[in-house]
Amino acid sequence: MDKSEKLALTLSALLLGVFFASIIYASTAKDIDVPTCITDFDPFLRDTLFQTGPDTYELQMVARMWAFAPSTIRLPKGSTVDLYVTSQDIIHGFKVERKNLNLMAVPGAINYMRVTFDEAGEYLFACHEFCGAAHHTMAGRFIIEEGIDEPETED
Amino acid sequence: MITNDYSFRFTKSSKYLNAVLLIIPMVLLFIGVYGGLMQTLFRAGIVQSDPFVGGDYYKGLTFHGVLNAIVFTTFFAVALGNALVPYSLRKPLNSKIAWLSGILMLVGSVLAAVFILMGEATVLYTFYPPLKAHPMFYVGLTLLVVGSWVAAYNWVPMYLEWRRENKGKKTPLAVVGMFTTFIIWFIASLAVAVEILFMLLPWSLGLVDEINVMLARTLFWFFGHPLVYFWLLPAYVMYYVFMPKIAGGKLYSDMAGRLVFMMFILFSIPVGTHHQYMDPAIGSQWKLLHGIFTFAVALPSLITAFTIAASLEHAGRRKGATGLFNWMGKLPYFDKNKWLFAYLITGLFIFVFGGIGGIINASYQMNTVIHNTAWVPGHFHLTVAGPVLLAFLGGSLYLIGQFMNKKIRLKGTAMIMPYIYTIGLFIMSYGLKVGGLKGMPRRTNTGASYANPDSLLYQPDWMLYIDLTVIGGVIMFIGIVMFIASFFTTVFSKSEPGTVSEDGSVEVTFPISESLHDEEAKWLRNFKPYIIIAIILIVLSYAPVIYDVLQATYGGSLPYSPDSPVPLR
Repeated sequence: MDKSEKLALTLSALLLGVFFASIIYASTAKDIDVPTCITDFDPFLRDTLFQTGPDTYELQMVARMWAFAPSTIRLPKGSTVDLYVTSQDIIHGFKVERKNLNLMAVPGAINYMRVTFDEAGEYLFACHEFCGAAHHTMAGRFIIEEGIDEPETED
Repeated sequence: MITNDYSFRFTKSSKYLNAVLLIIPMVLLFIGVYGGLMQTLFRAGIVQSDPFVGGDYYKGLTFHGVLNAIVFTTFFAVALGNALVPYSLRKPLNSKIAWLSGILMLVGSVLAAVFILMGEATVLYTFYPPLKAHPMFYVGLTLLVVGSWVAAYNWVPMYLEWRRENKGKKTPLAVVGMFTTFIIWFIASLAVAVEILFMLLPWSLGLVDEINVMLARTLFWFFGHPLVYFWLLPAYVMYYVFMPKIAGGKLYSDMAGRLVFMMFILFSIPVGTHHQYMDPAIGSQWKLLHGIFTFAVALPSLITAFTIAASLEHAGRRKGATGLFNWMGKLPYFDKNKWLFAYLITGLFIFVFGGIGGIINASYQMNTVIHNTAWVPGHFHLTVAGPVLLAFLGGSLYLIGQFMNKKIRLKGTAMIMPYIYTIGLFIMSYGLKVGGLKGMPRRTNTGASYANPDSLLYQPDWMLYIDLTVIGGVIMFIGIVMFIASFFTTVFSKSEPGTVSEDGSVEVTFPISESLHDEEAKWLRNFKPYIIIAIILIVLSYAPVIYDVLQATYGGSLPYSPDSPVPLR
């Protein structure tokens, strides 16, 4: 092996080392995680929104061909939502625009992510996994407003 | 020292087989490419119904994916192996077994293609259950895979015989590359074979009612990521073995090439869960582990970037380049007689961007931003539809010229095509990638919703990026049409007079590069230890994932058709 080759190898390994370190830093120190395995949550068939604290909510969302239930969710600014998603039929995807919230809705399993809405506005979410003929019409919105008295959902 | 310029005689039977393995997939590729063009038009809302695919965007998406990414690539990898392995080992191909494999693959692909075009298998290239396809679609895919196994099995006795006769000699690098490709392919496709034979097929036939969707998904991605290395490695073989010679230089380091291939065996399989970061039922710690392994598999590509650049620099300096970067100008970019170089260099240039995008996708947390958005097709068009497709097209044209004994026709068109295609590809991928960062989903007929001002879901911010994909897609299509013109004009032209021998056999020559640094590297001479370590890594990384999946899922799923929300039974 000549010098330049050794240098190239070392630099490549260093670069990848920096990447390793940064994802571990993000997941431990910054607590940025991806969806995980849920074993202690009962299967649900209907959508529901509970208030669990002053600014915290639990939302159970059901995806099915070709709609999300609920499809419109109104919440006050600053809400933190524990979001549980499942599918009643085939695989769907759930991605919220301008938010790092992106989940697969898989039948026979429940997906979980926590999300906080600090800014008011409308956040479109759309199905991103092919789910049949009307897949491209499957979407919904989070509507985040200041001073909502009663959070509500619509199918 | 053996000279690298030699030709090897292929029998009439193996000559015809390889011609068939190149021509039929080229026709299927073109059908798939047409599907690709239609998609960009559908997405932009320019066409809303198309007579050829019956106005069905998702059916077009299925045949675009299956024909281009599975059928064409598998056939080319087999044809390249059928040519390079006998050539490098100087042993005749057992053409009976080779024909058996070719026929299995042909029957399988045609079967799958027919059921897709009939609209009985609109399940996309990932065929995720519980979306059900016709059983014959799964049978077709199985035959294609089994046929490719048979082809690789056919090379093993040749190789073992060569090793007995040439004790202490290094296996030719081309052979190492082809075997690496098929070792990865074999291990990876075992998982999808289990998925199809024990889960999808009995369920699709109605023998069992329900299917565990997460388990099927996990098995699919066990196969689905190494699959990309199955595509990439034949391109790597051409980069290492042909490219330095065509550029007029030598391969900078033979050992680096061998190291790269062995590293692919180690790290290409235990990484599939990085496609499932956003899935339920798999613990996040195992996703992190797969993320880390994914970075390890970037290492061989970084070594390749260095080694190939060094080889090209060597070629440039041989032609009198001085200074730091002058060698770049001395390469045969627009030399008609070295047209194959254009396919390889554009592919490498594209792959720089494809590789960076790949590292972004693999990065555990960053994946949240781009998972299943238009970014993803933007990325894989820079990898599989970039370096892989261009290398395979160049290779197909080269091989067909050699095996059918023809002069390449429309050489100038063939030479300029990769540059035109590359421009189109960059425009399209830019549109898809930025659109994806703005939340535009993939696999979606956006033209009927987000790109239609009458729709409630109309998204004006996405329009610019959708339009860019149309412009890029059309330019790419023009590139492919230029290639098809050159390929079929060559196929249907007259053979060179006086070159066909009486028994119908044909002399084939490949541009095999010599190496500049030719170290012994005895520790890279044997596949066995690498395969064993790879199996250990797979068990360590997949056992907990499968355990989690089985623990965290409840119930099974009945089959569904894409046309109705009511289950099929």
